[in-house]
Amino acid sequence: MLDVLRINLCSPLTLSFALGVFARLVRSELALPRDLYTGLSIYLLFALGLKGGVELSHSSLAEISGPAFVTVLLGVLTPVSAYLVLRRLGKFSVSDSAGIAAHYGSVSAVTFIAAQQFVTSVGAPAEGFMPTLLTLLEIPGIQVALAIGAFQLAADSKSSEADENAVPPRPFKEILHELLTSRSMLLLVGGLVIGVAVGEAGWKPVQPVFEGLFKGLLTIFLLEMGLAAGSRLGDLKKAGIFLLAFGILMPIVHGTLGAWLGSMAGMSIGGCTVLATMAASASYIAAPPAVRMTLPEANPTYYLTAALAITFPFNLVAGIPIYFEISKRLCH
Amino acid sequence: MKTVQLCLVTVIAESILKERLIQDVRDAGARGFTITDADGEGSRQRRVGAILGANVRLETIVSKEVAEHLLGILSAEYFERFAVIAYLSDVSVIRGEKYV
Repeated sequence: MLDVLRINLCSPLTLSFALGVFARLVRSELALPRDLYTGLSIYLLFALGLKGGVELSHSSLAEISGPAFVTVLLGVLTPVSAYLVLRRLGKFSVSDSAGIAAHYGSVSAVTFIAAQQFVTSVGAPAEGFMPTLLTLLEIPGIQVALAIGAFQLAADSKSSEADENAVPPRPFKEILHELLTSRSMLLLVGGLVIGVAVGEAGWKPVQPVFEGLFKGLLTIFLLEMGLAAGSRLGDLKKAGIFLLAFGILMPIVHGTLGAWLGSMAGMSIGGCTVLATMAASASYIAAPPAVRMTLPEANPTYYLTAALAITFPFNLVAGIPIYFEISKRLCH
Repeated sequence: MKTVQLCLVTVIAESILKERLIQDVRDAGARGFTITDADGEGSRQRRVGAILGANVRLETIVSKEVAEHLLGILSAEYFERFAVIAYLSDVSVIRGEKYV
């Protein structure tokens, strides 16, 4: 376990993330241009989709159907469990609980990539169809949590004589359209489709850009993530001790569930580890705008701090090796 | 040179509202608009866009009726729950027919 932790801590990804946090702590003027951030995230998502598509072209439907089923199941279970814990134990408001649950139901692409890199580095690479599972998990988690929030709010306002000035909730069709046509979804799914269509032969000429440069550019992106997480550290006090514990314990519960379901679906140790990480991770690209638009009463300080300043660093540093150890035990 | 008195509506809002605001401006009857990225701080402080961009500043020159209609839409849909400010100023423009 310690060896695994050491490998993870000494990766350029973790260290450049730490550098970003450090830069914020010492109040350095270091900042990445916003356009570079946007450019890098487009590159990473597209590369992930393309590579996943090429790998997917080697997989059969029989191979992927079990893992796909448990992934969708996770997408439904994790937002519900997160919502219940926040609402019942944490006593958060309906909007705040649903807003945070949407982040934990969805998946963080960068944490996913870090898990992929980790299992490769310890010699247990995951199945090639993992990026397909990533796209499957991205949407339902957000949708389920937003639906819980919207229905609960509607029920509450009915029982307490809705006031006439209340703004009507946004139609679900609109929200679904936004999520399905969002940047991350379009690039991931579009990349997958292109990857499957061009196959190995079409992949070869573009491989130097999308695979050769991938780790280096990811390292720069992690620096930016560190800066973003570092600037949220001040909000930890506002988030409170419950959210701090939630941001660490909920991922472990979801990660264990993910690893168990993965092993039930017959996945490899590497595959289980990555699936567990997906279940444990909290989205901070797709979820924040969706929650902001749909549940504007939810406090962004809570969900952004939990996803970005607590859960993301925890998964990056300790979570992924823990899910690996859990997967090793479950898969044997 | 002959100028015409019109209203300049300026809206500064969190950037995730950009597409919705554009739709609202069109619905209100504006003939055109300008959008720029903006940074700043207000009573609601942090934006969700900390990682995706902060604010947008939308400007449109319209007739008084359209301006009031637009402010009505903004106050019904956004003021209570989002970080949005909007204000009117009188401007003198040439080619006034372009805007109404």
